Amino acid sequence: MDKLILYLQYPIARYALIVGVLIALCSSLFGVTLVLKRFSFIGDGLSHVAFGALAVASVLRLSNGMLFVLPVTVLCAVLLLRAGQNAKIKGDAAIAMLSVGALAIGYLLMNLFSTSSNLSGDVCSTLFGSYSILTLDKTDVWLCVVLSLLVVAAFILFYNRIFAVTFDEDFTRAVGLSAGAYNLMIAVIVAVIIVLAMNLVGSLLISALVIFPALSAMRLFKSFRAVTVCAAVLSVVCAAAGILISIVTETPVGSTVVAVDIAAFGLFCLIGKLKKA
Amino acid sequence: MALLTCDNLSFGYEGKALIRPLSFSVNAGDYLCIVGENGSGKTTLMRTLLGLQPPIGGKVLLDDGLRRTEIGYLPQQTRVQRDFPASVREIVLSGCQGRLGKRPFYGEEEKRRADEAMEKLGVAPLARRCYRELSGGQQQRVLLARALCATEKLLLLDEPVAGLDPMATEEMYRLIEGLNKEGTTLIMISHDMHYALGHASHILQIGSDWFYGRKADYLRSAMGRNYLRGGREGR
Repeated sequence: MDKLILYLQYPIARYALIVGVLIALCSSLFGVTLVLKRFSFIGDGLSHVAFGALAVASVLRLSNGMLFVLPVTVLCAVLLLRAGQNAKIKGDAAIAMLSVGALAIGYLLMNLFSTSSNLSGDVCSTLFGSYSILTLDKTDVWLCVVLSLLVVAAFILFYNRIFAVTFDEDFTRAVGLSAGAYNLMIAVIVAVIIVLAMNLVGSLLISALVIFPALSAMRLFKSFRAVTVCAAVLSVVCAAAGILISIVTETPVGSTVVAVDIAAFGLFCLIGKLKKA
Repeated sequence: MALLTCDNLSFGYEGKALIRPLSFSVNAGDYLCIVGENGSGKTTLMRTLLGLQPPIGGKVLLDDGLRRTEIGYLPQQTRVQRDFPASVREIVLSGCQGRLGKRPFYGEEEKRRADEAMEKLGVAPLARRCYRELSGGQQQRVLLARALCATEKLLLLDEPVAGLDPMATEEMYRLIEGLNKEGTTLIMISHDMHYALGHASHILQIGSDWFYGRKADYLRSAMGRNYLRGGREGR
């Protein structure tokens, strides 16, 4: 406990907590929609793309990788969504191709051109998150805060539309609205969330942050609003708990947060079963 | 006055038309049943009428006074919907999405509309219940209430009684006819030729060929007589 208080006196640890909680909030909001639309795999595919993009950024020695990774990931989100809607090209195959391809090329580039003495350490931290997010600099934190607030604002403003296209896309189009535009918006926002979340949990673990809170909330709650609110609260609590635990026990942040999410999922499953019985 | 007109409309997938071009028009107050065998393209036709897929040829024309947002649709249920965590009220309210315009949230007007639609279809007591826990008949009534939130002018129903037990089927038919009596124009896909002949004002049969006309004319037509003799449509 003393250790925790000591650490939290450093502004950098507080930044980490703020960023972590914001990322968890954003990813859980759209998690409900992704799970229900059977889009979970898009999140997974995009996270690999983000890894590849980050590798390219580091090879090009860009000073701020985010500014390169973000547009590339958004572009891929749009492409994947198109592929998913086109019945001729199998959507899941396209996603598998793109994501595994990005992963392989990314690793290859890092190996060929890396100047770092600790290559495997670099790769590991991109895949599983930094050993601690205490390495965030101030620009990262601000970028993250601004983007998170935009994501939350977009979610609230478009809440009713997001519900509508999630529940029944055909109906939305039948009453003359453009479901495609909303799908596009969802894909772009998910890409933003994934790039943000890479800082916290690394590209391999992002899907967990998106999916677990939503699935946990769906065990217990029965309306879309209740599920969304519960997923958001749960995700924030788990992220905060995970980060604090990782500070004390000196475990990697990303996997600790995900482990807490998994524990919460187990708990919610159990409560759900007990409620039914 | 025709609400919806098909002018030499051909429909199908990937550029292949399913049947020769259709021309017919639906007038305000009509109750049109679309009948035909499985795979004859009834749902594809309905999706084309709704603009969910582009026609291969010809046009779907809407009356000047009818906007796209004033067409209600009751689709066949998808698997996603069957385990969707949403309350009945949330789903019915989403029928008002075409009325939102640029506003982000539903106002009093939309909430009142949703309440009225739930009342009309007898699902008001279920408003707070979870959609996936309802019976098939209740779920269909919820989706019909949602369609009604969009409009009272023109509803397109895709097999609204599919998978329902006889009691629920009868209830659903009763509600649908009630809407038609109150002036809602209906276009319904049905498997049940017996029902269609008993209650619709017009019949559109599609298959290897098509027939469109008043019920009485259908019964006198070659396709209709063929059907009534118990034979399959003339091939």
